[in-house]
Amino acid sequence: MKRVIALLMENQPGALSRVVGLFSQRGYNIETLVVAPTNDATLSRLTMSTEGDEKVVEQITKQLDKLIDVVMVTNLSESEFVERELMLIKFTKDSFPENVFDETNIVSEDNEIINVQVVGTSLELDKLISEIDANNPLEIVRSGSLGISSDEKTLTIEN
Amino acid sequence: MDKSNKSGAEALIHSLHLEGVDLMFGYPGGAALHIYDAIFNQNYVDHILVRHEQGAVHAADGYARATGKPGVALVTSGPGATNAITGLATAYMDSTPIVVISGQVKSNLIGTDSFQETDMIGVSRPIVKHSFLVQRAEDIPDIVKKAFHIATTGRKGPVVIDIPKDFTDPEYKFEFNYPSEINMRSYNPPEGADTSSIKEAADLIATAKRPVIYSGGGVNQNNASEELTALAKLLNFPVTNTLMGLGAFPGSDPQFMGMLGMHGTYQANMAMHNADLIIAVGARFDDRITNDPKQFALSAKKIHIDVDPASVSKIIHADIPIVGSAKESLTALIEELKCRDLKTNESDISEWNEQIKNWRDAHGLNHSLLEMGAQNGKILPQQVIQSLYKETNGEAFVTSDVGQHQMFAAQYYHFDKPRQWINSGGLGTMGFGLPSAMGVQLAYPESIVSCVTGEGSIQMCIQELSTCLQYGLPIKIINLNNAALGMVKQWQDMQYGGRHSSSTYENSLPDFVALTESYGHVGIKVSKFDELESSMKECISLKDKLVFLDVDVDPNEHVYPMLEAGNAMDHMRLSKDEKTW
Repeated sequence: MKRVIALLMENQPGALSRVVGLFSQRGYNIETLVVAPTNDATLSRLTMSTEGDEKVVEQITKQLDKLIDVVMVTNLSESEFVERELMLIKFTKDSFPENVFDETNIVSEDNEIINVQVVGTSLELDKLISEIDANNPLEIVRSGSLGISSDEKTLTIEN
Repeated sequence: MDKSNKSGAEALIHSLHLEGVDLMFGYPGGAALHIYDAIFNQNYVDHILVRHEQGAVHAADGYARATGKPGVALVTSGPGATNAITGLATAYMDSTPIVVISGQVKSNLIGTDSFQETDMIGVSRPIVKHSFLVQRAEDIPDIVKKAFHIATTGRKGPVVIDIPKDFTDPEYKFEFNYPSEINMRSYNPPEGADTSSIKEAADLIATAKRPVIYSGGGVNQNNASEELTALAKLLNFPVTNTLMGLGAFPGSDPQFMGMLGMHGTYQANMAMHNADLIIAVGARFDDRITNDPKQFALSAKKIHIDVDPASVSKIIHADIPIVGSAKESLTALIEELKCRDLKTNESDISEWNEQIKNWRDAHGLNHSLLEMGAQNGKILPQQVIQSLYKETNGEAFVTSDVGQHQMFAAQYYHFDKPRQWINSGGLGTMGFGLPSAMGVQLAYPESIVSCVTGEGSIQMCIQELSTCLQYGLPIKIINLNNAALGMVKQWQDMQYGGRHSSSTYENSLPDFVALTESYGHVGIKVSKFDELESSMKECISLKDKLVFLDVDVDPNEHVYPMLEAGNAMDHMRLSKDEKTW
């Protein structure tokens, strides 16, 4: 089962390397990892997804929480949450699957190449990739999962 | 508050002074020279010049373990920093509070592969609790404050401060302000007691028939030995300590079962295996304790008190997790038990204690080996520890290196007080013994500090004999000389058909007496049992001298009991030809 962990960390040099280092140091398998500053410029939000079991995820969150630069950690998959991923795909015009995409997906187009963007759950994107496999896409780029809880819970701090 | 103008180097030393540091260990070099000049110009902080940076960090670590105060080491960039790495990893694994300050190349040279440049923050990252790369000279006071706060609170650990040389420049001065308090939104370790599950814990205690109190290094680190002992006495429950936890409960008390785990006593391991309740305090169920975790103490409920949430239910599921300070949580537990006028199952408990006594009588350690004289004409290593124990009235600080001698010291020297036994339990660092003893001796100049070692380990940091002469440190080095890497050889005997691959020296060992004397100390050689006790007496009585007691011990002796890998804790080898299964 896919699990999504999100955390807030100090937006300062070295913080990301501590988080990433922890995964290899403790032998955790991470599938996707997304990092960006938040609207509070002193904080970055990092979202990761993993296939680990409940016990492994509990250890990951505890170990992450121990890192001094990490302000807050949450295991989003503990309750209802929304997971989304962005994907960009490049086709030659000849092989563009018109039946799969419409105008709203197209982000660039010239005489030879069409680039499309798709947003969906990781599972939906996996499915889409197998659907278009026969069209020989030139390149597929995935962002990795972002997550947000469905209810009133937030991963934010009061300043 | 001191608001005078200071350079970064002066601010660093003054900040250390304000943190209560009066002693640091180190080794100078290019990137640290501004700092060394600032040390020269003040009288608050003494600096001990070691002979190798590993020694500096181990000495700071030994000082921290013996005193409970943070230890400080100062090294230069590049090789100075990398030489400090083993010391940092040692402190990290045993959660000791030290602060290591490393010089760094000038900030404009970082990343250019300049002379003596190493990415210290990167290299040390997995083995520190936290680290700081100074970005401005003005940040130094704040960073020092944070570093000491982080090192000494929660689950303690080493912190690195890496300072580019330009930020210690004597020409650049700024207004010095030392923060009076620290507020870190991202770091809030548990401080007091966790009382959320105290009632449930007390319920389990009240109904336990075969309880064991199992405590580790966290009790010593948190100064919770008094509370642990009070709990054990209140309940009359048997106690075992991990290698790191020795001294938390008096080693000579009849309620004490001895150390548990890999080379733990028969009765301690049997009690753990058969327990119906394990009260774990400041211990982390590591693999040297549990053996196969899947077969570990299957009939026992576990109460786990630990300050580190990540240690709870990491290896063994905790039925009652108590995440808080050991001292405060134990106090709360004792209060709860007293308040409900607790009655334990007294008849069950005394039956259980009787069972443990029977185990002890059957296969416990023999603490009267000294009276048995030479064995096949040889001195047993255990007899040397017993002689040391006798001659020091059990009151010495004992540091050790790693291997058979470490286990013999842990098994046969009864530590009655916390912080008396100082060894590298987690990382298992050969070379730790002598430099850590320097830290202890400097902290307690009037006490007997002995370093129990072997001819393998002592050679890993033997250069510190020179430091000991410079500062007049009268350490008693007890060398259990079996002319081989004993523990390696033991495993080769047991698992590799006696093929001693690279574990013996083929007559290449130095004359340790001559070597010690060339360093200006006293060396004593003991090869016959009849000389052991008189030589030990002489060694201990030379109060102002470092003495190297080089004792030839039986090279064929193994450490027992020994857990059989991949099994439960009741699977032990008891001697070369006895096992429990």
